[in-house]
Formats: sequence, structure tokens, C-alpha cells
Amino acid sequence: MSTIKIRTKLIEGKTQIRTLISHPMEHGRNLDEATGKLIPVHYIQELLVKHNDKLIVNSQLGAGISKNPYFAFMLKGGKKGDKISVSWKDNLGNSDVQIREIE
Amino acid sequence: MATNRRIFLKRTAVACSTCLLVLKTAQAESLADLFSPGSVAESFAHSFATKDITTSDKINLKIPIIAENGAVVPLTVTSSLENVEQIYIFVEKNPIPLMAIFNLSPDMDAFVSARVKMAKTSQVIVVVKAQSRLYKIQKLVKVTIGGCGG
Repeated sequence: MSTIKIRTKLIEGKTQIRTLISHPMEHGRNLDEATGKLIPVHYIQELLVKHNDKLIVNSQLGAGISKNPYFAFMLKGGKKGDKISVSWKDNLGNSDVQIREIE
Repeated sequence: MATNRRIFLKRTAVACSTCLLVLKTAQAESLADLFSPGSVAESFAHSFATKDITTSDKINLKIPIIAENGAVVPLTVTSSLENVEQIYIFVEKNPIPLMAIFNLSPDMDAFVSARVKMAKTSQVIVVVKAQSRLYKIQKLVKVTIGGCGG
């Protein structure tokens, strides 16, 4: 299952893009209660949003973003059937991508 | 001749891979610099070449005044400035003050929602880059983890 959920909504000629990603976003200062050791740093570094293969948002994130991060953006224009893709890359080299059509 | 060619190819391959490696680490360092622990002043110095940042009321930062749970503080940034290119979010008293940088294409409205972690009561600072100029707004957010407020 993909880690990314995308919801889109047309509002007065604009498209609201909301995305929810499942990710621990560990900043490296939390203790693992079972072992008493620090949980290693594990967070998303890069988040890209594309509209029909055109890059519209390119963001660099830090570990200060909450666990299971949520983001919302507003696209000028956009119409039914356009493709919105969201992808992320984390500091351990994992990545994921999800594509959804505007409805 | 054959050995020469082989050696030449080998050396070129090694040289190329070293080049790539150097490029890669240089890029990683700049990102590590941006998201390095330190004071908010240091973080500003890493992020912006200039110290000339105007406080603007054309940026709207929607954030709770009191955050009951510092692990999830929702915020929304909107702006009536023209041609917003970048939005930076800082939390002053977090170990790493820079939370995120959003580069928006001209197709996007100046609108970003996100959720950030806050270690303790602190100023949340948003810097917006529009038409190569920097503008900022800041708001104090109280964090009351496990408390009854106040």
C-alpha cells in the first residue's frame, strides 16, 4: 500500500491539493523505551508535487515536521482529469510516489 | 596499445566517479547546513544571504495561540504578496529551527498548510520570498504538554 494519500478539490477555479503521508519523522532525540537507546534519525527530506508532469512544489523538509505529515497547497487552475503526483524521499534513501486525478 | 586503452578507461571511470561523489557531498552539505542544529540567528544566516527582512502584514499565519500538543501544531500560511517563490518556516526554540522550505512555481497560490513539532513555547517565524525580496511574520505559540493550560 502506498504511504501517500492525495485528495483534491476544485474551489472557485482553483485546485486544493491535500496530502497525508505515513512516515515516522524521527528527529533522533527520542528514546526507544524497549531498548533504552536513541531511535535513529529518519525523516523525509524532499517532497515534490507535480501537475501533469510539471513540477509545481519542491520542498525541503526537516525533522521538525510532525509524524505522518500533512500538507495542503493551492493550484491556480487545474481541471477534472488532470494528474497530480506527490513523491517523497527520506534520509535513508526510501521513497514513494502516488498519482491521482483531479475529481 | 590494448593495455594503455584499458588503463585510460579505468582512470577516466575513477575520475568521473570521484567527481560525482564530490558533487553529491557538496549538495548534501548545503542541505545539512540549512537543517543544522543551532540558534535561529545561525539558521537565518545559513538560509539567507541578506539580513534585510521586512516585517509584512501581507503574510497571514494561522496557528493556534496555545498548542496543547507540541508534537502536532497545525499551521497555514497565506499571503497577498505577488509572485511568492519560497516559504520558509522556522520555530525559534527548536533544536533545529528550520522546519521546511517550500519552493512554489508561478502556478501556485501563496498557500501552504503543514503540521510542525514544537519543543516548547516559542516564536514561529515565517519568511516569504517574493520578487527576490524577503518578508517575515512571527507569532508566539504557547505549548502546554500534559498540562492543564496556562
